[in-house]
Amino acid sequence: MRGKLGFYLLFAPLVVWLGALIVIPHIDLFLTSLQVKVRPRLYETGFDNYATFFSEPLYWNTFARTALMSVAATALTLLIGFPVAYYIAKMAKGRVKAMLFVLCLLPFWVSELVRTFGWMILLRETGVVSKALQWLGLASSPIEFLYNDAAIMVGLVYTSMLFMVVPLITTLDSLDDSFIEAGYDLGGNGFAVLREIIIPHAMPGIASGCIIVFMLSLGNYLTPILLGGKNSLWFTEQIYAQFITRFNWEQGSAFGFLLLVLSSAIVWAGLKLTGQTLASMVDERK
Amino acid sequence: MIPSIPQNPLLQNTYRFYVVLFFIYLAAPLVVVSVFAFNNSLFPSPPWNGFTWDWFFNPTEPRLGLFHDDSLRDAIVVSLFVAFWVTMLSVAVGTSNAFLFEREDFRFRNLAYILMLTPLVIPGIILGISILVVSNGVANGVDNYFGLEVEALRPGLWLVILGQFSFITTITTLVISARLRKFDTDLEEAALNLGATPWVAVRTVTLPYLAPAMIGAGIVAFLMSFENFNTTLMLVGSDAPLTIALFDRLKEGSTPVINAVSLLLMIFSALLAFIVIALQREKTD
Repeated sequence: MRGKLGFYLLFAPLVVWLGALIVIPHIDLFLTSLQVKVRPRLYETGFDNYATFFSEPLYWNTFARTALMSVAATALTLLIGFPVAYYIAKMAKGRVKAMLFVLCLLPFWVSELVRTFGWMILLRETGVVSKALQWLGLASSPIEFLYNDAAIMVGLVYTSMLFMVVPLITTLDSLDDSFIEAGYDLGGNGFAVLREIIIPHAMPGIASGCIIVFMLSLGNYLTPILLGGKNSLWFTEQIYAQFITRFNWEQGSAFGFLLLVLSSAIVWAGLKLTGQTLASMVDERK
Repeated sequence: MIPSIPQNPLLQNTYRFYVVLFFIYLAAPLVVVSVFAFNNSLFPSPPWNGFTWDWFFNPTEPRLGLFHDDSLRDAIVVSLFVAFWVTMLSVAVGTSNAFLFEREDFRFRNLAYILMLTPLVIPGIILGISILVVSNGVANGVDNYFGLEVEALRPGLWLVILGQFSFITTITTLVISARLRKFDTDLEEAALNLGATPWVAVRTVTLPYLAPAMIGAGIVAFLMSFENFNTTLMLVGSDAPLTIALFDRLKEGSTPVINAVSLLLMIFSALLAFIVIALQREKTD
């Protein structure tokens, strides 16, 4: 394997894969977004597609809304997931711990479509929650829980949970109990120990969890469509509409590129803020 | 709060209760999907009308069961076809990448490594549209200059395969690299000293050692492909894989036959998941 030929044989698949399927397509996506249709089959180069994005309130409102909702989903996932990750990493022992960990992973081997379908059965007007509330006498008529922002949020948090909990468990596991004991011995209360010892130690896990969850929420399509309905106003829907419904690929490419820029900026900022690199973040997750 | 520090029992019980609630939240959607696969009603929603196998085995409309539903069966076949090719391609390229990054030292190694990881942080829809745009451009170019229509470059199964392959290969590369890193190269040296050619040494010593990781990576790749939605949505042509077919039915509203499909999918994924977990356990022992 030391020869030059061996090296090129190993190098070729990588170059073909990354070149043909990642690098060139993204350059082409950007170039396409700069194409402005003058009349059929005649194009000029310009930023008109980006100008359309900024001049049309629907587009940038949807963009901003998608970003904000994704931030909210990320924060909620962290808040809900952290105590559970801590319980599995630090409170549970032996078999129970291994079992809880696997139980956390299992739902995510199931297709996102199936999970979202489950939420539809639970939340819709004729669904399980609505029926249960009526049966308990807490509601007098059917209640529609679907097709609003809360339903989207429930779905997004559910879908992302694994990607938050696993890195958290990994980093919390590596925190030695004696540090926590020392914190108490030195007179800290539970809150102080959490703030001064546990959270700083878990920071790499928190960062990589948040980065992945934010990116997945931003790029999600299924959950907002199925749980949010027609008025979900998610930016990926705009991209889909431009490409498939309106067949305006140039505009769609501009939208796609904007989403990519936002997503990459957040990933980059998250890594910089916590002093990590993409490579160290991936190593952390294993 | 750790077990060795005494805590208020009320607080501890509240904490336990919270963890239990969390697991109920995790299980709830999957449980309802499974239960309503057996509901004797035309809609996958309450009330419970009694138990039935119709959504699996009934041969006639309007209660067409899963095993008699041709369009669902076709969609499953399409998904299996796509997943097969994605698995083969991504494990092959992933293995090659693992050797490249673990064994070779070259000038742009770090840059190449970061590029190799980027598909993980690109939203699936963007991967889909970028591949759609470039392949359409190439197809139009070939059509203009050579007068050839290349079907494989238009939306359809081959593009779906390429789109899924583009990011699943990162996963297979990481899984296989992790195992190769732990390999003791002395074993390979021993084979070389005993007169094996480098290729024979790799094939008889290193590849068998890598096999569990390659199988594990293959299973993960297969499942990710089978369940992929975002990238597939943008690249799909007239043959719809299962996730796309189910999505269309969900939007229209469907009989509990989709619960039956979902339940089968769950059982199938759980089986594969347990195989992967068993493989990982074997590795660490």
